[in-house]
Amino acid sequence: MAATATSVAVPAAIDRKAVIQRYATYVILLGLVVWLSANLINSPSQFFSAGMVGLNLGMLYALIALGYTLVYGIIELINFAHGDLFMLGALFSGFLLTTVMGQEHSDFLGIVLLLVTIVGTMLFCGGINVTLEFVAYRRLRRAPKLAPLITAVGMSFVLQFIGLKWNGSTPKQWPSVLPEGSFGIGDFQVDYSLLAVIGVTVPVLLLLRWVITSTRQGKAMRAVAQDQDAARLMGVNVNRTISFTFLIGGALAGTAGVMYQQVVGTTAYNLGYQLGLIAFVSAVLGGIGNISGAVLGGILIGLIQGFNDGLPYGFGQKWSQSVVFAILILLMVFKPEGLLGRPTTEKV
Amino acid sequence: MAVDVPAKARRMPGLAIPHRMRWPLGYTAAAVLVFLAYYYVIPNLGPGGQTFFREWLPLTSVNEALVWVICALGLNIVVGYAGLLDLGFVAFWALGGYTAGWLMSGFFYQVDIHLFGGALGTAPGIHISFWLVLLIGAGFCAVWGVIIGAPTLRLKSDYLALVTLGFGEIIPQVFTNGDNVFGFNLTNGTKGITPVDPIAIGSFTLGPFDLVYKYVVFVLIVVVVVFISLRLREGRLGRAWLAIREDELAASMMGVPLMRTKLSAYAVGAVAGGLAGVAFATHVGGVLPDRFNFSISITLLAMVVLGGMGNVWGVMLGALVLAWVNSTGLPQFGTSFNEQFGTNINFPSYNYLLFGGILVLMMLFRREGILPESRTRLVLHEPSRTDMESLGADMEAPAPELDEEPLLKTTAADEPTVTDETGTGMGEKV
Repeated sequence: MAATATSVAVPAAIDRKAVIQRYATYVILLGLVVWLSANLINSPSQFFSAGMVGLNLGMLYALIALGYTLVYGIIELINFAHGDLFMLGALFSGFLLTTVMGQEHSDFLGIVLLLVTIVGTMLFCGGINVTLEFVAYRRLRRAPKLAPLITAVGMSFVLQFIGLKWNGSTPKQWPSVLPEGSFGIGDFQVDYSLLAVIGVTVPVLLLLRWVITSTRQGKAMRAVAQDQDAARLMGVNVNRTISFTFLIGGALAGTAGVMYQQVVGTTAYNLGYQLGLIAFVSAVLGGIGNISGAVLGGILIGLIQGFNDGLPYGFGQKWSQSVVFAILILLMVFKPEGLLGRPTTEKV
Repeated sequence: MAVDVPAKARRMPGLAIPHRMRWPLGYTAAAVLVFLAYYYVIPNLGPGGQTFFREWLPLTSVNEALVWVICALGLNIVVGYAGLLDLGFVAFWALGGYTAGWLMSGFFYQVDIHLFGGALGTAPGIHISFWLVLLIGAGFCAVWGVIIGAPTLRLKSDYLALVTLGFGEIIPQVFTNGDNVFGFNLTNGTKGITPVDPIAIGSFTLGPFDLVYKYVVFVLIVVVVVFISLRLREGRLGRAWLAIREDELAASMMGVPLMRTKLSAYAVGAVAGGLAGVAFATHVGGVLPDRFNFSISITLLAMVVLGGMGNVWGVMLGALVLAWVNSTGLPQFGTSFNEQFGTNINFPSYNYLLFGGILVLMMLFRREGILPESRTRLVLHEPSRTDMESLGADMEAPAPELDEEPLLKTTAADEPTVTDETGTGMGEKV
């Protein structure tokens, strides 16, 4: 390792950097707190409703971010096509629920068919994701890192093309089967759609947690994520595990697609690019490769976006993309491992 | 070098041209040929030939392709030479374009600055000569390259790609929303800045139909960028870039200053982006923020990848081909196809499939591009040695996946292996 002469200087350099980073983080967090409390004091009801919208978005971001995080955790690939998979999921769910099953308003049957649609879309998106892995990423697993990344960008464009042909170049409106309206808790109104999103997202997240922590396949996933070669030596089928990961990631993107299509009601072919990037920022914010981090990051980004778009002291909707990316850049500069992630050391 | 030149000349007896003079001469010959074709030949071709060229190879799309070449060569310096994946290169194009928009139009009507300008002496606004604006735009973009690069270049491949993507999203959004920056109209919002002054050479200004002369101007800018690319690559800085691209850690151990070298790659790439932006603004005659979106970055990347990362001529070929396909080839082919078969297919919408497909297929089957740089070809086909060894491979045979043991015999027999180009005894698993 380092010669004795340099070993004195190295800790000092790291310390100074860490101190700067810590203070910068404090300043940023303080600014955030000041901003939020100013808004809260200014108009509590607006704060609350913006928070509702943010939470709604955050749940969707968490679902998409999980797909990114799972894939990144296991093969260190930023799957750029993931957002477009979400877009295809939204299109497919609209197609299945409205065109095939003909359900256009909310009633009991609508809820049952919605559940059928969720399962169908999960299978559809999971299938596409596994196919992508099989066709494109598997062959590049041992290639230099630039190659799979560029392939993923290319795949994203191919999926966007499918979306363009399917959806048309203009945004498309879909009917919703979720009950409309809201109920009041004190002064604050809660949308039913938020309850629906929570009602779908939370069980899916719990299911994912169970799969990863308790099943055989989940243990194999964790083993492969930690060390592919050691897992292989221990008798884990690495290829099948990676395919399974892509299946789960795709299914989560599909779920998010259904909920987006139901709650927002509009689909566009380039939807996946925007939302996918935001979801990726969420995954990075939480610490990429970390599953609870992705959920946390998704909800945080959703809340920040909700507050930014809906509050009087925010930058407004036209800057929301910039705000999210500014967070990404700040995060990358100060804390690239994310909120819950561990810093990785470079292997030599 | 002095010894080298006669040796090369002797090897090719038919060509008594010094080695270093070959590309400028070839380039000039090609450029003059195209110029003469559009200046003399095509206008005198007769109606059939003129229609053909107007439909399939109009000079305006040639000019646009040259703008793409300038920008793709800039991206080639960043991605191809230094190996820093930049997914937001459109930011520099946009910055260059807006520099031209600000300095060559009547947009800032509050002031009245004329500097060798092509506009009327009485018009309000800032009117600076195109040639000066080229320099200013290049410098402005270089500064921005450093500003963007300085905090982010510590990051590794994936993260760097993302951060650049972030900047590539933020900067166009700033231009889109810049019509009210604390009450000040900086960019005129979605309406953009039009018109931008024409190019002026002395007292002679190029009108909208002087495409042939614009072509000459753009060819000159391309030659400058090619010259910079080639000269830098051979020099100390270029070799440092290649070293960083191939192994950052090893390069830093050998005394290459990482940050400074990476920043200079960013700055030089940004200079080309800025030149392209200024050229594009005069080509279109204005700047519009929605022209600068993510798909431009991807198209540029596809040009670099298709042509061959790191090879100037490959990138130029890739840029010319893809720009032509994008602007003229695909729509024109679609029109002909639809006329011929009575169909109604919207061919331009297929460019998503085309560019995505190009990226995927090239990465799968020919990672080094059409005209590869020899060094890139070797590196991109070489799996890391530790990866191979950890699979338990003896280094002679392609490494099988150990969990596919029952298939081992048949796969080893059936699957073709790429012949060993690296010379290290490591074949690649196909």
